Amino acid sequence: MSPHDVWEAFNDPNLDGPGQLATHVRLSLIALAAATAAGVALGVAAAKLGGRWTAFMVVSVSNLGRTVPTFALMALVVALTSIGERPALAGLVLLGIPPVLLNAYTAVRGVDPAVTDAARGMGFTRLGVLTRVEIPLSLPLVFAGIRISAIQIVATAVLAAAVGAGGLGVLILAGLANSDDAVLLAGAVPTALLAVGTGLVLGLAQWLLTPRGLRPRTTSHTLAPHRTAPRPPEKDTP
Amino acid sequence: MPEIRWDWLQRHADDIQIMTVQHLEITGLSMALALAVALPVAVAVRNRRVPFAVAAGVADVLYTIPSLALFALLLPYTDIGRTPAVIGLAAYALSMIVRNTVVGLRGVPAVVRDAAVGQGLTPRQVLVRVELPLALPAIMTGVRLATVSTVGIATVAAFVGGGGLGELIWDKGIQREMFLTPILAGTVLTTALAIALDALLAGAQWLLTPWARRGRT
Repeated sequence: MSPHDVWEAFNDPNLDGPGQLATHVRLSLIALAAATAAGVALGVAAAKLGGRWTAFMVVSVSNLGRTVPTFALMALVVALTSIGERPALAGLVLLGIPPVLLNAYTAVRGVDPAVTDAARGMGFTRLGVLTRVEIPLSLPLVFAGIRISAIQIVATAVLAAAVGAGGLGVLILAGLANSDDAVLLAGAVPTALLAVGTGLVLGLAQWLLTPRGLRPRTTSHTLAPHRTAPRPPEKDTP
Repeated sequence: MPEIRWDWLQRHADDIQIMTVQHLEITGLSMALALAVALPVAVAVRNRRVPFAVAAGVADVLYTIPSLALFALLLPYTDIGRTPAVIGLAAYALSMIVRNTVVGLRGVPAVVRDAAVGQGLTPRQVLVRVELPLALPAIMTGVRLATVSTVGIATVAAFVGGGGLGELIWDKGIQREMFLTPILAGTVLTTALAIALDALLAGAQWLLTPWARRGRT
């Protein structure tokens, strides 16, 4: 088996590698856009309107989302509805929401109250403070969440092929079923490149969005993202 | 909404038990392999900028590759079965363990290290008796996160003949006209395993770091 065989398999009209790649990208983009919109809206709303109970719910739901296997979640959504692209897409959106939601919530809650107070003092309306102070300051962390979601969605979209939604997983599954290494790699290599490319592009975007002073030298994975701990609201002094 | 076939679950209880044990074995082997690679690497690169960036970068790229594609990329070199799944899953866990271990080791205060050196400890003793124990909470956070995600991704092992609870979802469920009962059982059991292992590791961490407990310092 040579790279040429893999290229031939990718372009085999019966397998339609380019078409599956297009389907894969389309599914991932739609799912990511929907998950981002829902995650940011819910996260910002929870941070602005919610109390302690909301905080508990956001963290619990996000942690549960982390423990439910993405493949199982998608299979479950499809089993409860029908085989095909729409249910698979619903599964992808569902698993993409928690990282964005948790990061958006944590980021907005983590904005220094002194900064929002200053903005209020300068005559910003509440909406102005949100759109021109809190959201811009939250962007780096929100983007980190979008990146985690994107990587998960692209990866799980491979398994969408198993529930009839197409994508590059079709080639991998065909290769596995027929023990054909060329077909297997014709699916696996573009999938890996697509995922790594997605991670790099979004990683770069996140880095560019982060002010220089806030760029970490060493980052670690944490159980919940935290930049600064949310402070208790300060009491108004009479 | 289709109903759950409890009778099917009862008839297949033995199979389900075997798959659960397989799932735990795959997870355990993967985590052991990941730790065996990640800890020495983390220790080696802990005080150097460029080697750390390279190690973390490679681990991050591995972490990004979708599981099924990674297993598939390994198949030309390994037989079908548990091996590609365990190697692939271990590769995933590297990023979390390497990064967290290095952050933990770098977080050890310089005064503590100096005091240990001043007491006559060799560099090796400083590492084993002072730095690693103090880095344990950070390391355990990485191990817990990696374990939870490994339990989840191990469901994909079934595609390459690796067994485990993914077999319940894929072979018994999806491939039999989306038979709901095994898919639901597989989802619930995998999630329960992830939560249980996370709690177990949290308990282990509590036992291993008596100095970190509240009221004991």
